[in-house]
Amino acid sequence: MIRFENVTKVYDQKARPALDSVSLEIDRGEFAFLVGASGSGKSTFLRLVLKEDRATSGTVHVAGQNVANISSWRVPRLRRGIGVVFQDFRLLPQKNVFANVAFAMQVIGKSRSVIRDTVPEVLKTVGLEGKEKRMPHELSGGEQQRVAIARAVVNRPGILLADEPTGNLDPTTSMGIMGVLDKINQNGTTVVMATHDDDIVNEMRKRVVELKNGKVIRDEARALYTSMMPVVGRSRRLKDASGRDEAADSAGQSAGEQAAREQAGEGRL
Amino acid sequence: MRLQFILGEIGGGLRRNLSMVVSVILVTFVSLTFVGAAGMLQLQINQMKGYWYDKVQVAIFLCGEGSTAAGCASGPVTAEQQDNVRTLLESPAVAQYVNDFQFESKDDAYKHFKEQFSNSPIVDSVTPDQLPASFRINMKDPEKYQIISETFSSQPGVETVIDQRQVLERLFSVMNAASLVAVIIAGVMTVCAILLIATTIRLSAFSRRRETGIMRLVGASKTVIQLPFILEGVIAAVIGAALASGTLWAVAHFFLGEYLSKQYPDTAFISPAQTLLLAPALVGLGVVLAGTSSLLTLRRYLRV
Repeated sequence: MIRFENVTKVYDQKARPALDSVSLEIDRGEFAFLVGASGSGKSTFLRLVLKEDRATSGTVHVAGQNVANISSWRVPRLRRGIGVVFQDFRLLPQKNVFANVAFAMQVIGKSRSVIRDTVPEVLKTVGLEGKEKRMPHELSGGEQQRVAIARAVVNRPGILLADEPTGNLDPTTSMGIMGVLDKINQNGTTVVMATHDDDIVNEMRKRVVELKNGKVIRDEARALYTSMMPVVGRSRRLKDASGRDEAADSAGQSAGEQAAREQAGEGRL
Repeated sequence: MRLQFILGEIGGGLRRNLSMVVSVILVTFVSLTFVGAAGMLQLQINQMKGYWYDKVQVAIFLCGEGSTAAGCASGPVTAEQQDNVRTLLESPAVAQYVNDFQFESKDDAYKHFKEQFSNSPIVDSVTPDQLPASFRINMKDPEKYQIISETFSSQPGVETVIDQRQVLERLFSVMNAASLVAVIIAGVMTVCAILLIATTIRLSAFSRRRETGIMRLVGASKTVIQLPFILEGVIAAVIGAALASGTLWAVAHFFLGEYLSKQYPDTAFISPAQTLLLAPALVGLGVVLAGTSSLLTLRRYLRV
């Protein structure tokens, strides 16, 4: 479904590449975690899939197409096949839940009757029945993220990209969101989720792709957040002792950075 | 569905920066009014040319009581001199340039003078004797004035030969200058309008970047994303153009039609209906201005 062949992305000639000769294949219907520190290239990976950026070298195939060959006027069609969820939800504050989800269908010209039928169905899938009329500010963070997921999948994309969807949520709520993503994955959608949340990764036991300085340093099926092999600078024992390890703390910090970056980049998106 | 959605977006956008939209409307209104005023002046000049050039003649003024011109040294024109002029006018050499001519006696001249200056006190102090008799010549080709002038100005009893068209030309050149000024002001205002439309669209795009970001992500086409912004500018410009057309019509109807045409009953002013011919041009110009400036702005500030 997504295939990277020796993909390198250089933003700044003087700095190291954001992605360095990454080769990776994610199959149809797969669920994959993309982990790694901030700046490891997770967001660049997602941007290349969406054709927000062009790879400096190498080829990116999405749904069987080389995205470099997709002309600019056909990029919208590519993006209709990809749903995206962000850490900061990105709901429209002046629209209610139903209208937020319906918006994704309106802008691609779906008829009103189709919207009326599809939106409640999708809201049910994400566990928001009966909350159609609520405004985003009347919802909890978890519920807002469910609305964002509903909006991302309402047009039945083959791929769902999630960029730290649980970054702003507490662990219990996060598990709820993971349940939703898992359900969507069970329905046949390929899910790629970039995350710092080790508890979730450890709980889900799905494929884990770890990026570091733009390189894939690990790609394991049914894996944990950290490799079974000891990694310098990260201690599992600390977590056992205090219940909250330093890796998670640094993850929280970098999640904040990520959010700030995301907001700064919002105008571009 | 999509159309309805786009219309809804436009409505929302117009409501959200109402003050900017109003300023776009006013600026396009003023700039297009000046464009239209220049157009109206040109229409008026054409109208007057058509009207006057048929009537305006070359006039050969004959010497009167108090004439001081060189040709009048021997006193007022005699009947014999007058007949000579008439004979010359009828001779083949001159007749080929002349459609027809009339003799205007002193009394006729006095009558016309009284008509022309009926509301002026000057009429009371003028007597028929002060006004010269003249031959009024209707030329086949007004450009050939020079020939008549050369033939007749040296004739005894002729005071002067006047091409009345030249008098009008002076009026037209004043009107042309006025329309040039209007065009210059219109140009400056148009630049103003373009920049203002660009700024407005930019603000509008900025205030709706959330929506457009989501639209992009869910795969809305470029048209669906950009059209509401472009149409916002275009609608504001069209309203401005409509106001400008209305103003020009009102000027033609109330100022020219009701006021000036009563003051100058023998002048042909353009009718209000004629100014409405300018309206499509103004609206078209407004659409082109707004369309291009918003398109260029969006290309820079709204990546799709």
